[in-house]
Amino acid sequence: MRMRRSVFAYPYVVWMAVFILTPMLLILYYAFSNDSGATLENIVQAASWDNLRVLADSVRFALYTTLLCLLLGFPVAYLLSQMKKTTAGLLSVFFIVPMWMNFLLRTYAWKVLLSAFTKILYTESAVLLGMVYNFLPFMILPIYTTLIKLDKSYIEAAADLGANPTKTFLKVILPLSMPGIISGITMVFIPSTTTFAISQLLGGGKTMLYGDLIYMKFITEQSWNTGSALSIILLAFVLVSMAFMKKAERKTSDEGGGRLW
Amino acid sequence: MVNRLKKFFSGTYLGLILVFLYAPILILIVYSFNQSKTLGNWTGFTFDWYTQLFRTPEITDALVVTLSVAAISSIVATVLGTLAAIGLHAMKRRDRMLLENISQLPMVNPDLVTGISLMLLFLFVGLRNGYARLLIAHITFNLPYVIFSVLPKLRQSSDLLYEAALDLGCTPLQAIKKVVIPDIMPGIVSGLIMAFTLSLDDFVISFFAGNGVDNLSMYIYATARRGVNPALSTIIFVPVVTLLLIVNLKSIREERNAELQSKKVGMKR
Repeated sequence: MRMRRSVFAYPYVVWMAVFILTPMLLILYYAFSNDSGATLENIVQAASWDNLRVLADSVRFALYTTLLCLLLGFPVAYLLSQMKKTTAGLLSVFFIVPMWMNFLLRTYAWKVLLSAFTKILYTESAVLLGMVYNFLPFMILPIYTTLIKLDKSYIEAAADLGANPTKTFLKVILPLSMPGIISGITMVFIPSTTTFAISQLLGGGKTMLYGDLIYMKFITEQSWNTGSALSIILLAFVLVSMAFMKKAERKTSDEGGGRLW
Repeated sequence: MVNRLKKFFSGTYLGLILVFLYAPILILIVYSFNQSKTLGNWTGFTFDWYTQLFRTPEITDALVVTLSVAAISSIVATVLGTLAAIGLHAMKRRDRMLLENISQLPMVNPDLVTGISLMLLFLFVGLRNGYARLLIAHITFNLPYVIFSVLPKLRQSSDLLYEAALDLGCTPLQAIKKVVIPDIMPGIVSGLIMAFTLSLDDFVISFFAGNGVDNLSMYIYATARRGVNPALSTIIFVPVVTLLLIVNLKSIREERNAELQSKKVGMKR
């Protein structure tokens, strides 16, 4: 009898059960229990007014970051996509390489720069700057990959039919690049909601984001139950935003990119 | 004229964004050759920061930890993940979808939650060894990246190859080794490289899952208040950028060759 190939996945399945599933179940366990048994108290505590305000603050920061990344990143992706293919390929590497470079050291570099040359270190602007800096490549990459696949004949057709460049951009290029924009937004918004350490390094502890709150509960206060509950709330928020983005993505591709506005 | 102006503006814009992305690091690298302790005050050229770097045991230890964890975890994840992908590919659709969805969890999960969940597990089972904790955590978050870079290659290749190898007398392991693996090699290699770079770079998961044994990111975090030796930026960035440039330039060159090839074919027609 032949050995079934699915056997090769078994070592991984065991690994997954122990190191992916069990840890997640532990978070759930701590979030929904205390010394006396099952409870919703941790969740209620974690969803306190103060904590929700921190979450709202994080979302606000993440939205600013996403918007700034989109405004700065779209032109980069667009200009790159308009270049000769080989030049664009080479140049785009330079815009994407920072994704793979130690984010902590890059953030630290800003800390040094800001403290030497400006007065904005330890302000909200510094935190925002650090976030935009860290997440910008994640916006450029997906938009760029969508734009280089864009069929140039659409643009020519629009021009032939009498659309001026602005109209072509608004009615053809922008709608067609929507899938890239949406995945860029996902890739920036979600990590920047859950970011940790950027605000500590550049905000000097004055700006408390949700990631820092979870850190505080676990490391400083050692209260695992509340910390786990906070993590569950974060995870729920992330999953909901992702589902929302997925839906938006499906919508744009269903409509073939037209009639968005 | 208008065209030239357009070119000038687009070039300037791209240049400015590149400056934004690279200036902080380049300034740190320049500053690592400066005698003065304060930025913006050039007092003379020196290698002192570098000699000091290699005389600081915390840094050299962290460097060894970072590199060894990255090497071991990426290799283990590549072996486990490649086998997993081969197994998953052969499974029934329903089982495969379930396992693939669970596998995506570490990619979907915020790093923070992954790190904390592993921390809870390690505390729960009483695993104290910081190095082992880092290794397990890195293998775990590397695995999905390997699996999802190998799976598409498996879909592209034909199952009949494996069957044929068995019919011709290979054992399943031989068939995997001699027929399937060579066919999906590009996916395995890109998975390995991705796993290695992710591991080199990780901070959040290591910070929560680790225990006392620091990698470079954790060291930087711990010393950021006092000030980090700027020579560290050179040590980290030059190899990473070189590696990534080599990998990317290679693929660009291949692409260009393919393009030229197809052009030639087109012309012959």
